[in-house]
Amino acid sequence: MSETTIETPTKKKKSGGRPSTLRLLLNNTLATAGLVVLAFVFVVALAAPLLPLVNPDVTEPANRLQPLFADGHLLGTDALGRDILSRLIWGTRVSLAVGVSATLIAAFIGSLIGLVAGYAGGRTDNLLMRGIDMIMAFPYILLALAIVAALGPGLLNALYAIAVVNIPFFARNIRGITVGLSRREFVDAARLSGKSNASILFGEILPNVLPVIIITMSTTIGWMILETAGLSFLGLGAQPPQADLGSMLGDGRKILFTAPHVSIIPGVMIFILVMSINLLGDGVRDVLDPRLKSGALARPVMRTAVMRDQVPDIAPQEDATLDMQGLKTEFHVGSDVYKAVGGVDLKVRQGECLGLVGESGSGKSVTAMSIMGLVPTPPGRIVGGAALLEGEDLFSKSDEEIRLLRGLAVSHVFQDPLSTLHPLFTIGDQLVEAIRAHQVISHKDAMARAEELLKTVRIPNPAERLKVYPHELSGGMRQRVCIAMALANDVKLIIADEPTTALDVTVQAQVLSLLNKLRQERNVGILFITHDFGVVSTMCDRIAVMYGGKIVETGTTEEILSSPAHPYTEKLIACVPVLGEPDRRLDAIEGRPPVVNALPDGCAFAERCPYAKDDCRKGDLALTDLGEGRTVRCLYPVSGDKAKQGECDV
Amino acid sequence: MSESMTMNQADTLLEISDVSRLFGGGKSLFGKVLPAVHAVQNVNIKVRKGETLGIVGESGCGKSTLARLVVGLDLPTDGAITFAGKDMVAEVKKDRRQMARKVQYVFQDPVASLNPRKKIRTILEAPLIQLLKLNAEEREARLVELMEAVNLAPEFLDRYPHEFSGGQAQRIGIARALAADPELIVLDEPVSALDVSVQAQVLNILDDLKEKFGLTYIFISHDLSVVESISDRVAVMYFGRMVELGDAADVFAEAHHPYSRLLLKSAPVPGRKSMLSEDANTELPDPYNPPPGCAFYARCPRRLDMCTNEAPKLDAAGKKADHLSACFNPENKD
Repeated sequence: MSETTIETPTKKKKSGGRPSTLRLLLNNTLATAGLVVLAFVFVVALAAPLLPLVNPDVTEPANRLQPLFADGHLLGTDALGRDILSRLIWGTRVSLAVGVSATLIAAFIGSLIGLVAGYAGGRTDNLLMRGIDMIMAFPYILLALAIVAALGPGLLNALYAIAVVNIPFFARNIRGITVGLSRREFVDAARLSGKSNASILFGEILPNVLPVIIITMSTTIGWMILETAGLSFLGLGAQPPQADLGSMLGDGRKILFTAPHVSIIPGVMIFILVMSINLLGDGVRDVLDPRLKSGALARPVMRTAVMRDQVPDIAPQEDATLDMQGLKTEFHVGSDVYKAVGGVDLKVRQGECLGLVGESGSGKSVTAMSIMGLVPTPPGRIVGGAALLEGEDLFSKSDEEIRLLRGLAVSHVFQDPLSTLHPLFTIGDQLVEAIRAHQVISHKDAMARAEELLKTVRIPNPAERLKVYPHELSGGMRQRVCIAMALANDVKLIIADEPTTALDVTVQAQVLSLLNKLRQERNVGILFITHDFGVVSTMCDRIAVMYGGKIVETGTTEEILSSPAHPYTEKLIACVPVLGEPDRRLDAIEGRPPVVNALPDGCAFAERCPYAKDDCRKGDLALTDLGEGRTVRCLYPVSGDKAKQGECDV
Repeated sequence: MSESMTMNQADTLLEISDVSRLFGGGKSLFGKVLPAVHAVQNVNIKVRKGETLGIVGESGCGKSTLARLVVGLDLPTDGAITFAGKDMVAEVKKDRRQMARKVQYVFQDPVASLNPRKKIRTILEAPLIQLLKLNAEEREARLVELMEAVNLAPEFLDRYPHEFSGGQAQRIGIARALAADPELIVLDEPVSALDVSVQAQVLNILDDLKEKFGLTYIFISHDLSVVESISDRVAVMYFGRMVELGDAADVFAEAHHPYSRLLLKSAPVPGRKSMLSEDANTELPDPYNPPPGCAFYARCPRRLDMCTNEAPKLDAAGKKADHLSACFNPENKD
């Protein structure tokens, strides 16, 4: 291992890319409006003692019920002649203070209960959560009234009541998150590092829960202010002469018809306050919530956008099921362009299995998804190339035509069968749906056909299995169902994306031999995506190796495995342990694959290549034809002897 | 790597005797008996000092549960685990830290095992503070030493986990396991979440570290070729029980148990065109309702009538006394 160099971090570049949290928030117009209004109200309320306001509690019966814009009283006076503007600002101050502190108290106690219950589990959890359930069983306003009735009216008691009423909300939310987090591996790791339970709970779990607490707070604070106002309105909160928005509303109620402005003004203030807080809260939630962050708000269209500058003119070939040339697929995220696929040519003949081999990030899955337009748009788009399915360009077809071809001529088998199958429908229902999406036959006939399909993929007892749900089957059986579904119609090409990676070896062997048999029987072409050369050997006739979004080598399986021409292929084969050769030296590939938003000039592998020369790092390298269907994208391809020599002196 | 050291008389570092772990069971509030699953059943292994013991098996065979028992993240319902003569279960119940200094763990998913909101420095310092009680100066020196051991530059210490690739993150995971200066490291599928080119880096580092720090490994994986390349001895597990145990070379060259044979024949090998596959009707037995005899009976090509009566015990079937298998009709008999 002396050849291993110490890895150093790459320079951080912080231009473009993903926008910051604040930028995202400000992009949301409504949230920004809420923020501006709220900030204004806050500043005015905080500055109340500094503003030239009359004392809000001084009564002046001579000047009672002055209208708006009266002399010296901008917003008029109330029934006791007190200045409404002054009372409004001081009242807002009180309402805000009560709302914010009630939220903080509820958040603190509720989160604490949630954290402890979620982390401890078992009896503690049961005890705490049943307590919370009891609080929730009372209608909240009744509970608040009961608390205030017991403690006596007053602003502080109203605050306690509102805080208590809202504790369950926090406790339940936080407990749910904590339960998930405390089963995570990093918690086990902290435990093995010798940390105590308390330090795990507050040092490891709390930081991960914090965003959720903040989201919950931002969405409840408006509600709290409203509840404070409600209690004050009923005369249980702020006591005269103290002004708060709710009590002002209550005071104005009796004279609603003679002097409507006395009650309307605090009402409007409550409306503005709660509205702005809620708008801001929604904005904060959208930005912070990981589920929404991961793109759930962006709704991808049903098919990848095709934006080709020029359409390549390819003559259709007789024997090719799929003939793809110059495929370019990009992802546009912020100001970054990720060139996931940069000009890929693939050809799958009838009944042939082509292995597309590469590591994660090499673009192999994006290539496969591009064929039927399954790359999500936004952010993905196809910017070049053509894919001919039996002579017809898939990229120039209409959305409807593509929809009809999916599952008919071209079908997919994905890595994880459990997430591919719908959990709420039986196997039979799903197969019938797949059949009837493309064929006009009765439900009964479709059911019979489904049973036949299960027999084809050698599922024992097919009639019974039609009635079961996906979770009742083992992983191998589920993958067979997916294969059956792929075969439901007159399929020409199966795109299998790591179909056996999630399966156990003995099951993998079964699924692979089944796929192999079916392809020979039905003369179906398979595009088989994998990273495993062992699987490739048993399945594929030809291999295409991908690196950095480009094909670097193609050829027959035997030739590539016995004498790889591209240094990357050579290295990739050399770094895998082989069963039966325990003493084989593992030749790790140093360095990391290139990032596709900053691909180097020239060969993408040059950085990690032991044979790289200066001219490897310039210009675009073309695929060189080595004859007999072998191509390689390398200026100095490895020959048989050189490969051996290379292995010695690396 | 697998030049098996002749260590028949070598010290036993860890002894797992007759260990079982039952999940579920007990009674509900109304006295109904709840279903129970034997994740690990009557497992016996002696791990020798300085060796790498590979444990292979398919999902659900109990290998990860066994790993968690060995590091004390879980406690056995039955049986005893002794580490260097000390009762581990009692030790863990009393004070986890004593045991955590001796036995450490490397997780399967390198990114999930690092807290996303902590810097690498904080993560690596935790065992140094909690287990070794080092002061700030000693910690700093040790951190640099650890990062060097796993071939990462010290600048990485002030990064957050999401800035790392899978291979780098796994090396951090290894550094954390090393931090407490343990004698035994349990590696639970440490390379299966990694890309193949990175897998080799991590395997090579593990090999180096073992030599440098005189470590003992328990290496758990479903990937036979990886286990073969790194292990001195191999244990094969099926359905919670150990079905075969022996020197890696012996087990891989001449497996006794039909299940081990099946595993070896099913594994895809570059350059091997044909692949054996069983009939479709081969399912794992129902864990809630296990068969009375050998769990492999339904799939076994060499089954006998007696196999359904009782579960076979581990014993030496072939020429070598330390190559054990649990089968009434092992492959080498004829």
